[in-house]
Amino acid sequence: MSYKGVCKVFLDSCDISVGDIILIIKNSVEYRGMVLNRAAGVDDKHLVLKLDNGYNIGVDVTDAQVELLEKGEKPKIELPKFDIKKDPDKEDITIISTGGTVASIIDYKTGAVHPAFTADDLLRANPELMEQANIKGKAILNILSENMKPEYWIKSARNIADEVNNGAYGVVVAHGTDTMHYTSAALSFILDTPVPIILTGAQRSSDRPSSDAFLNLMASVTAAKSDIAEVLVCMHSTMNDSQAYLHRGTKVRKMHTSRRDTFRSINTQPLARIQNSNLEILDKTIDYTRRSLDEIKIYDSLEEDVALIKSYPGISVGIIDYYLDKGFKGLVLEGTGLGHCPEELMPSLQRANDMGIPVVMTSQCLYGRVNMNVYSTGRKLVDSGVISAMDMLPETAYVKLVWTLGQTQDLDEVKNIMQTSLKGEIRRKTSQKYFLI
Amino acid sequence: MDYEKIGLKMGLEVHQQLNTNEKLFCPCECSLTDKKPQLKILRNLRPTQSELGKIDRAAFEESRRKLQFVYESYDHHTCLVEADEEPPRPLNLEALEISLIIASLVNMQIVDEFHVMRKQVIDGSNTGGFQRTGLVATNGYLETDYGKVIIENLCLEEDAARRMHEEKGKTNFRLDRLGIPLVEITTDPSINNPQQVKDVAYQIGQILRSTKVKRGLGTIRQDLNISISEGARVEIKGVQDLDLMPKMVENEVKRQINLLQIKDELRKRDASIENEIFNVGAVFTDTKSKIVSKALSNGGSVLAVKLNGFAGLIGRDIQPDRRFGTELAGYAKKMGVSGIFHTDELPSYGITQEEVGAVINIIGALKEDAFILVADEDEKARNSLIEVQSRAENAIKGVPEETRKVLDDGNTEYLRPLPTASRMYVETDIPAITIARDYQESLKSNLPELPDVKKNRVMMEHGLSEDLALQLVRIDKTSEFEKLKAEYKVDSSIIASTLAYTIKELKRERLNVDALDLKVLGEVFFYINENKIPAASIPAVLRSVARHGYSVSEAVKEEGLEKLSKAEVELIIDNSISSNNDIIKERGMEAMGPLMGIVMKSLKGKADGKLVNKLLKDKLIKLID
Repeated sequence: MSYKGVCKVFLDSCDISVGDIILIIKNSVEYRGMVLNRAAGVDDKHLVLKLDNGYNIGVDVTDAQVELLEKGEKPKIELPKFDIKKDPDKEDITIISTGGTVASIIDYKTGAVHPAFTADDLLRANPELMEQANIKGKAILNILSENMKPEYWIKSARNIADEVNNGAYGVVVAHGTDTMHYTSAALSFILDTPVPIILTGAQRSSDRPSSDAFLNLMASVTAAKSDIAEVLVCMHSTMNDSQAYLHRGTKVRKMHTSRRDTFRSINTQPLARIQNSNLEILDKTIDYTRRSLDEIKIYDSLEEDVALIKSYPGISVGIIDYYLDKGFKGLVLEGTGLGHCPEELMPSLQRANDMGIPVVMTSQCLYGRVNMNVYSTGRKLVDSGVISAMDMLPETAYVKLVWTLGQTQDLDEVKNIMQTSLKGEIRRKTSQKYFLI
Repeated sequence: MDYEKIGLKMGLEVHQQLNTNEKLFCPCECSLTDKKPQLKILRNLRPTQSELGKIDRAAFEESRRKLQFVYESYDHHTCLVEADEEPPRPLNLEALEISLIIASLVNMQIVDEFHVMRKQVIDGSNTGGFQRTGLVATNGYLETDYGKVIIENLCLEEDAARRMHEEKGKTNFRLDRLGIPLVEITTDPSINNPQQVKDVAYQIGQILRSTKVKRGLGTIRQDLNISISEGARVEIKGVQDLDLMPKMVENEVKRQINLLQIKDELRKRDASIENEIFNVGAVFTDTKSKIVSKALSNGGSVLAVKLNGFAGLIGRDIQPDRRFGTELAGYAKKMGVSGIFHTDELPSYGITQEEVGAVINIIGALKEDAFILVADEDEKARNSLIEVQSRAENAIKGVPEETRKVLDDGNTEYLRPLPTASRMYVETDIPAITIARDYQESLKSNLPELPDVKKNRVMMEHGLSEDLALQLVRIDKTSEFEKLKAEYKVDSSIIASTLAYTIKELKRERLNVDALDLKVLGEVFFYINENKIPAASIPAVLRSVARHGYSVSEAVKEEGLEKLSKAEVELIIDNSISSNNDIIKERGMEAMGPLMGIVMKSLKGKADGKLVNKLLKDKLIKLID
């Protein structure tokens, strides 16, 4: 029972619980309906009633009388077992769910939306997926993506590796969109994969007929069957429900709070476009890793004590020192312009260098490349040992430093790894095509 | 017709757009636009999972194919909310307040807490696949001469996107209308007299007009639910003309009675429908029927179905000028064919008796049997005959539940099956809103006057004619009238006719009348009050203000409308008298009329008629004496 305070007393005194059909009698009006749960965090004097005509209303119980008409059962959702036959002519694709709702079931009797995680639910909602492949579903986490953390990246990577080792031809990871680009970067560095690993999600929840989940999932399965053995993000390319882009996991970012086409490749073009199960390579300058029969390799040692710090006018000098004093092992700065921060920070950055703590410089411009040789501040930063992240996204640089410090503590080695493109995260050329696309 | 005996039951549903500044869930303006869309968005809607359990794969495929839509959007006229690219903003409280006022005016009980729901609509008219709606009030009533009518529910909801046209098999919707606030008022289904339903519709219309609602075509829609004993519930959409309502009810009752008689007859004959669809193309290779030969030459088919025991009934009238066959055709047309042929009207339309005979032979029809013929693309023809079969099957059962569309002559035609019970669940993006008691009370103690009451009061208090009072109410200018009347000692009918007619005329001259606000009108009446200009000059002053952007004093000066002094008037009168001596000599005081005209013309409205009349009369009397 989600009721508290006044309502709880009222309901308990009449032995009424959620799901019961009741008649509420007030001074001048009567309502007949089913008692529903109440959202958390709102007042306690209104009872939520679903009337016979389907509408919900809140009824103030302060001066109401009630009559129990029918004891209801607590609504339960039970769907018939889904009979999935494996088709030997189709590839086996695993869809791993990390949370959010890849499928939802609405109980129209109560109006409740039940998230569904099982493979059955997923396929029941999207039966067309089975036309493309033998789909195996696996729920490994149930978290909102803002609650993602490095230990879950490891868990995801290990589950993906298990699936690949068990013969999955490709893996799709259903993920909340907020931090999908952090996870895609993390999986890129952790895994050396012989098959495609595709992250996808939805900007409109799957309980809506207009959800973008279906197209994203369909396109992701197409991508998972392709020969691109990399970690990729697959989402709507426009506001239309017609095609999706495949973005490299290290060069992609969520750029809009709500649009379907929120994910954009930054400092590169989208790798491919998918429409009606056809995959077309868009960036012909990229030599992507091809599908192979190699074993999947996993490097999942991570250093979690890394901070991502944004520079801004008026930033307190104490901020850098705070992290150093707290024992952080690496810092990524999101500097201004070409990769700058106020001169006042210089002594603290020098201190970090003296302590053997790597400091990596990215740009909050997002577009373009860090170059600390142009202005004197930049040169002082270089002198203090600050490492340029080149054209890497700040989020990618953060994830990469978390991963790198898991591989080595040697400062020179860290610098070397950070400035070497391992998974397409650094492009040598800055093309005129790579801005605001 | 004895409606009570027939068991007539009706319920009314009125949808009215509110005249708010912003839409219900976003800050866009509540207006339609004819501008070219700046973007077209292609979308698919999918039935959600609970619906999936009930339909088989084939039906799902079919629905999927049909659920592609194009949405026309604008850079600034619409925003991401309508496009389903941004969550809804909080509920527009202005709209809620208007709906609360309407609810109070129809004596309804307002809910303690308002919850926004999602009502599943996957015909594309809502980008999200659902319409947002919430129950505001229940249990109201209106008194009519035929007794009390219960107003069951009042809901506040968002209007749907505007259906524009079909393009490459996809429906185009424009997002301009989506999200305009709408109230839906429903009566209980116990109205049993056509006059009563008209009366209720009129009263609701009057009540709505007293509040902040949109006016004009398409801003109000009325649907009528109607049934008779043993008949079925039929929803008639788009009733515009209230005067047509009684006739429409009568025609629908007739239709149901006739369908029930057809049912009895069919049962007597032990009628049945055969599932088979016959290809009778071979009969028509040399046909003279243009429709049939055209279909065949385009590679289409001529298909027929047999309706056992239907002979003679398909041609039977069920409404004035509408036969049972028209009903069958209505269903067939929904599948895209332009019409059907049936035995009761053949031979005709170029189809010969021989061809009819040949079809009868192929399908094995007996004397009591009928057949329906369709010539079109094979798939279309086949689908439309499947519809015909199912409609004919229902004829044996009785009257089918349907949504129908009203026609200009008071008849109705088939639109679609009656929607099944609404599937609703809560809109999680909008928090519930408590409607406090004291807020309700303050609204109730400030309710607007209903139009009739207002008209009568204005007539009584200010001595206006019924016509002027009615005009003021209709164009919603009574409060302006009363403000001006309270401030200036000018004759009521002068103020009223300026508001009701003069401004309208200037508008008709395509002048921008926005500048003619209360301040400008006040100045004009000040001039009248001070006797500086005559009432006859009001149109000229206002026209000048509207056209040139003058102030009132500038307009009076520029247009030379200032009143002449008494001496100046007398001078003009004297001149007129001396140049028209002949008439005076000839006609004496009878010359007063023509002279008055001549004088007024040369005064160009710069003097009061009354004054001129008096001066002229005095002078003439003097002269003649």
